[in-house]
Amino acid sequence: MPADTRALPPALSSLVRPGTAPVDAAPVKIEVDGLNFYYGQKRALDAIAIKIHAHRVTAFIGPSGCGKSTFLRTFNRMNDIIPGARVEGKVLIDGHDAYGPGVDVVSLRRQVGMVFQKSNPFPKSIFENVAYGLRINNLTRSKAELAERVEESLRAAAIWDEVKDRLNESALALSGGQQQRLCIARALAIRPDILLMDEPASALDPIATQRIEELVYDLKKAYTIVIVTHNMQQAARVSDHTAFFWLGRLVEYDRTDRIFTAPAEKLTEDYVTGRCG
Amino acid sequence: MAVTLASSPSSVGRRRADLLFQGAALLVLVMALAALAVLVATVWEDGASRLDWKFLTSFPSRRAEDAGIYHAIVGSFYVIVLTAALALPIGVAAATYLEEYGGRSPLARFIELNIANLAAVPSIIYGLLGLGLFVRAMGMGRSVLSGAATLALLALPVVILSTREALRTVPSSIREGSYALGATKWQTIWYQVLPMSLPGILTGLILALSRAIGETAPLITIGALTYIPFAPDSLWSPFTVLPIQIFNWVSRPQVAFKANAAAGILVLLTLLLTMNAIAIVLRDRYQRKGR
Repeated sequence: MPADTRALPPALSSLVRPGTAPVDAAPVKIEVDGLNFYYGQKRALDAIAIKIHAHRVTAFIGPSGCGKSTFLRTFNRMNDIIPGARVEGKVLIDGHDAYGPGVDVVSLRRQVGMVFQKSNPFPKSIFENVAYGLRINNLTRSKAELAERVEESLRAAAIWDEVKDRLNESALALSGGQQQRLCIARALAIRPDILLMDEPASALDPIATQRIEELVYDLKKAYTIVIVTHNMQQAARVSDHTAFFWLGRLVEYDRTDRIFTAPAEKLTEDYVTGRCG
Repeated sequence: MAVTLASSPSSVGRRRADLLFQGAALLVLVMALAALAVLVATVWEDGASRLDWKFLTSFPSRRAEDAGIYHAIVGSFYVIVLTAALALPIGVAAATYLEEYGGRSPLARFIELNIANLAAVPSIIYGLLGLGLFVRAMGMGRSVLSGAATLALLALPVVILSTREALRTVPSSIREGSYALGATKWQTIWYQVLPMSLPGILTGLILALSRAIGETAPLITIGALTYIPFAPDSLWSPFTVLPIQIFNWVSRPQVAFKANAAAGILVLLTLLLTMNAIAIVLRDRYQRKGR
């Protein structure tokens, strides 16, 4: 690897490799060890280890291109679609290796939901957007049950009151913030265990962003949430734990208050205070 | 430097070049449209007098004034509907394989290259293929079905290419959204990708059919009749189509048959324009539904 593109982070002061220790007493939901990720020849993630706790919001922060989105997408194997992508190491979800032999990717993705950076409602009605996941997975037995689950999901995503009178209108007529909450409702409808959010508010105005953040806070009671964000204040506001990535490596992982007030690494401190990155 | 709003010598020159090109483009457009208008006008002049209900509902006759085009309209209708029924599923399936499953495999590339080649093959070659394959080898005879199968071969490359084009325009965010909800690849294609591609697929299909409906050579090759006193009533009936009937009348020496040919051309043109109009309406409907 040429030195200019792969400048190594400064030697870490901590004696423990970051991510190997739990940061909380809550049970571990996702455990990653020795994860390497390659796009063709290029290594995007380097020996990542982390323990993500259940019913917590874990934020991934770091500069663009540091691999945090790539890492997030290993949890539901969304990277499988990319030609030339390759994974080494273990991603244990409730103790089961997501990359193990005989894993049903479809079943994995049903349990590990995802919300994308750019809201991507299907060009169908609001109702059909939420019903889609239920239909394709055969999760409901009757029309009434389907309607019930759709309503429940829209309520959980705090968008029901805005759309209840126009469920049959196109989802594309909604505002950006509403579309993103619809996508959250869509992800919740199939009742996943884990919710991955890849910069869910980066394209939204401050008010819509605030609504999403409040939603994330409410949802952690029922879900384990991992959220990628570029916005340091957002990470500080919504997350319990924060992982800081730099050039494909995990630099520091700790309780969010510690990361932002007393980070162990100089690099983390420089990044969260805006001195680098 | 202060702003000046007056034109400089160089801007005058550029504006002149701009106007010149605009004029030239307009001229070419007008010429093309004028040629078409003159053509339609002459045909109209020759054929309009023959164009009546009797002409549309009569069978061919030795006497030009009794001859009609009913059998050929029905024949064309049968053939084109069957062609669509064959070309659409096969074409969409082939395009879906190439675009979604085949990827960059050598087989997919080989097929891809040959489809592009097929699109350029003269239609009479398809006629010979149809004669050898459908009429003789498969024993389908000189039937509507043989004709439709031959025209479907002709239409396939265009349907495949336009379907692939349409599949490619579906944003990856839609596919990812579907996968993330636990959809299989097939569910994603069937419920999201294909519906979103439908306007493009339909446009390609109708374009291909518009070409097929005007084809004469391949159908003559497989033995569509030039004189037939009845309309087809099953897949296995012998048949003729509008362009062949027109060709037949044009080749007669009597002037009266020339009028019949002109009237036949008007019928064929109307049919073509109707098909194109349907294509546009369908495309707009689906596009609006998607928005």
